[in-house]
Amino acid sequence: MSSGEKYVAAAYGVFVVVVLVWVAILAAKLARLERETGELVQLARARAETDDRGHG
Amino acid sequence: MSIAKPPLTALGWVAAALVALAAVSIFAVAPEDADQGFSQKIFYVHVPIALTAYACFGLGAWKAYRLLATRGERYDLESYTGVHLGTIFGILTLVTGAIWAKASWGVWWTWSSNQLVLFLVLFLFYCAYFMLRFSVEPGPRRERISAVYALFGVALIPVSFFAIRLANDFIHPTVFTREGPQMTGEMFFAFCVSWASITLLAYVMYRVELAGKRTDANLRELREALGS
Repeated sequence: MSSGEKYVAAAYGVFVVVVLVWVAILAAKLARLERETGELVQLARARAETDDRGHG
Repeated sequence: MSIAKPPLTALGWVAAALVALAAVSIFAVAPEDADQGFSQKIFYVHVPIALTAYACFGLGAWKAYRLLATRGERYDLESYTGVHLGTIFGILTLVTGAIWAKASWGVWWTWSSNQLVLFLVLFLFYCAYFMLRFSVEPGPRRERISAVYALFGVALIPVSFFAIRLANDFIHPTVFTREGPQMTGEMFFAFCVSWASITLLAYVMYRVELAGKRTDANLRELREALGS
């Protein structure tokens, strides 16, 4: 590999790595949002059950 | 009347196809540069990334203007996302530029090039946006302060873009002159495809990131409403 080819590989590699890091960060954020949504659904269900018992 | 946005999945596939086409046109169609040789191929990623960074900062400023003009809350996240992506592409511009500089000039950076220094100033200006934004409590005040700052920064974009022409910078090359692009048809085609692919990729990233930030904000609001 010539030095020119190494520099080209480095420039394109940096671009690919940064995009992949962005995807990884977003995937982690999506996992957190999914977990938080699940927690809120459980909380809402618990509230609904409490309300039902209160009315019943 | 609002214009319907194209579906994100379709845009993602088109962006992926364009990236593949750009790779083929850069490495299989465009000829090697007579002066710089193979290292000139960095041009096809560095310049589109820099133009995309300008576009993202410009989008952030436009959304900031819309926030100030209409008081529409949704523009705050849109402006923030634009600036955020502009900063990511700004980092990429600086890094790929430094690699190209090392390959062409033998140095990673030179302070004597106005184009380089002004881009760095623009980048640092928008880096400070995040410090300002997160030093203020969330709410209308933060939205307005962030919007005014993002709007001020847009003035630096044309200065940075035209610096090379205004200052007769001999270090940083000028490829696009009044006589047109100084390259062969194949090189120009590869550049245009690369530019289109990176711009579309940035737009897809913008839409995905904005959706994530909006969902995050909605969940926070829901959590407060449920009192957990």
